[in-house]
Amino acid sequence: MATFVKFTLDGKIYLSEDGAPLVEAARACGVFIPTLCNYTGIPPKGACRICTVLINGLPATACTTKVVEGLNVQTSTPELESFRQAIVEILFAEGNHLCPSCEKSGSCELQALAYRYRVTVPHFPYLFPRRDVEAWHPKLLKDHNRCIQCKRCIRGIRNPAGKALFAFGKRGDRVVINIDPVTSQNISDALAQQAMDICPVGAILRKGKGFDVPIGRRTYDRTPIGAELRS
Amino acid sequence: MTQKIIIEPVTRVEGHGKVTIQLNDQGEVTQSRLHIVEFRGFERFVQGRPYWEAPVLVQRLCGICPVSHHLAAAKAMDVIVGAGGDQGLTPTAEKVRRLMHYGQIFQSHTLHFFHLASPDLLFGYDAPPAQRNVVGVALANRGLALQAVLMRKYGQEIIAATAGKKIHGTGAIPGGVNKSLTLAERDQLLNGPHPLNAGQMIAWAQGALAFFKDYYKKNKAFIDGFSRFPSNHLSLVRRDGALDLYHGVLRAVDAEGRRILDDVDYQDYIAHIREEVRSWSYMKFPYLLHLGPDNGWYRVGPLARLNTADFIPTPLAQAEFETFKQATGGKPNDMCMHTHWARLIETLHAAEAIHDLLLDADITGSDLVVKGARQAEGVGVIEAPRGTLIHHFRVGANDLIEMANLIVSTTHNNEPMNRAVNQVAKTYMTGQKIITEPMMNAVEVAIRAYDPCLSCATHAYGRMPLEIALVDAAGCVLDRKRK
Repeated sequence: MATFVKFTLDGKIYLSEDGAPLVEAARACGVFIPTLCNYTGIPPKGACRICTVLINGLPATACTTKVVEGLNVQTSTPELESFRQAIVEILFAEGNHLCPSCEKSGSCELQALAYRYRVTVPHFPYLFPRRDVEAWHPKLLKDHNRCIQCKRCIRGIRNPAGKALFAFGKRGDRVVINIDPVTSQNISDALAQQAMDICPVGAILRKGKGFDVPIGRRTYDRTPIGAELRS
Repeated sequence: MTQKIIIEPVTRVEGHGKVTIQLNDQGEVTQSRLHIVEFRGFERFVQGRPYWEAPVLVQRLCGICPVSHHLAAAKAMDVIVGAGGDQGLTPTAEKVRRLMHYGQIFQSHTLHFFHLASPDLLFGYDAPPAQRNVVGVALANRGLALQAVLMRKYGQEIIAATAGKKIHGTGAIPGGVNKSLTLAERDQLLNGPHPLNAGQMIAWAQGALAFFKDYYKKNKAFIDGFSRFPSNHLSLVRRDGALDLYHGVLRAVDAEGRRILDDVDYQDYIAHIREEVRSWSYMKFPYLLHLGPDNGWYRVGPLARLNTADFIPTPLAQAEFETFKQATGGKPNDMCMHTHWARLIETLHAAEAIHDLLLDADITGSDLVVKGARQAEGVGVIEAPRGTLIHHFRVGANDLIEMANLIVSTTHNNEPMNRAVNQVAKTYMTGQKIITEPMMNAVEVAIRAYDPCLSCATHAYGRMPLEIALVDAAGCVLDRKRK
């Protein structure tokens, strides 16, 4: 039987299951904490840091924090919002994100957060890295220009034998996430679609099936990210 | 002493150009050139992208007629996914695309005639610039200006209903479309509250034609004689010779109306059309291969289309077409300013076609996409508002684009626009030492008749990005005017 504990979100006391991920608990309480690398159903990583909140006055990632009795959380301060905006700007400046021709536009979490934080022109210089499009796979295409290395695909997409379809390649600032030629052999269309859906940006695409969701029916066309919740 | 007159910048598709006019010792015009000085590069940076991105990516070439690029690329990609040819798409996909395209034609032609060209007609090309603009039209004829805005709005609403949004939508995808019309959308466009419905648009298109014909009656010498020269004409026509702006075969006629390109499949365009590169312009010069660059250049656009087509498949536009053909005794029309007349006939045809498509049950169908055997190369051709638009792609086995060649409408009209500039310069600038504003606008009026995208920039109220300088052979500026 689940044990419930009291915790504080932005000065208000709520009840949550003991040990629940803070991001999920806050969502259940109607409070939005932005995420990028986090994905429901897979272990948290704390990689992108955009879910950083103040816990008992100190910054910590909400996706890796579990709710315990007496936890005091501040989800939004001017400094936190500025920090989140900077993360979005850095991700745009670091890759080659050309929203006008991207199939994920309208359903892209990075783009949605950029709208939320009113990112127009990044304060950081564009790096314009030279990156490839990995197109050898019969069902999947990996556009390294758009990858934010959140690892959602590595952590969340596995073949029927339980092996990861994606893996890190290279090191340091040249690190890329590649499709594993062995574990991705003969994958089903459904698994290919799952891989595309788990990617928060347009870095993983299904081949031969583009722009099939019309404008107006994309994820964030009618409800901006987090708009259904209080921030 | 020879002299050179430079008009710079004039703008093209989201870009700049300039006109140079060379005068000899006697002050006679010896050479005129329209230079396009900006490099766009879309053919290069679409390489390496997945083929299904092309219709969305290449439409960013233009904010005025993106639908044309969107559809031309989609037609090329239909071939790539094995859904090309005359019967390739489902009836719903074909008709939704046609509706999108005719909405684009309707709004673009309306924009050009009322917002860009009508100030010259209403007030004269030599009227004060403060009056000769769309605001001047609104002040002088409020009803006409309001009608223009609402006609354009209607066309844009059709684009939004079919492509998802008014500019840079995503409706056409390889092998079909991603949406059809809902019943509510169809009813709104067909029978919406006055005046935004199909019937009113047909009536207003007829009114616009009546306006032009009345002007023509009073200014026949100017309309017939301004920048007139013989040329070849090229466009798509339906296989039975009908005007068809979405699909067909390539046909070209010479100045006498003889077929010089006889209804060829546009997949083979490369066997018939070549592009010449000249060192002084980034815009190439297309020509018919078998006639060569000197004799094979041609016009595209509304005037060319009415010269190549045998008939128009909607009744009201057909009646106007017959009147139009009578003006030249059935021979090709080479009168530059008659392009406006042809454009308005096409506007009426577009309104009729929209009406017919909205009454077609397929427009709300659910069978949207079809695919067949994957191909390596595909060509898509469409009649954009400004003329024939060719998109040619080669795609690798890995689904990435390896080669792209785009021949846009304004490029086809490169040689005709240069000749038009030359002719107007000879008429208005020979022997002149002082450049007047009407002289500059006469050059613009000639270019504007071809409706290149620079029209909107050169008519931007309060910011006329046109500079003209009169310099001698030593580079000494004799006179300079900017507006």
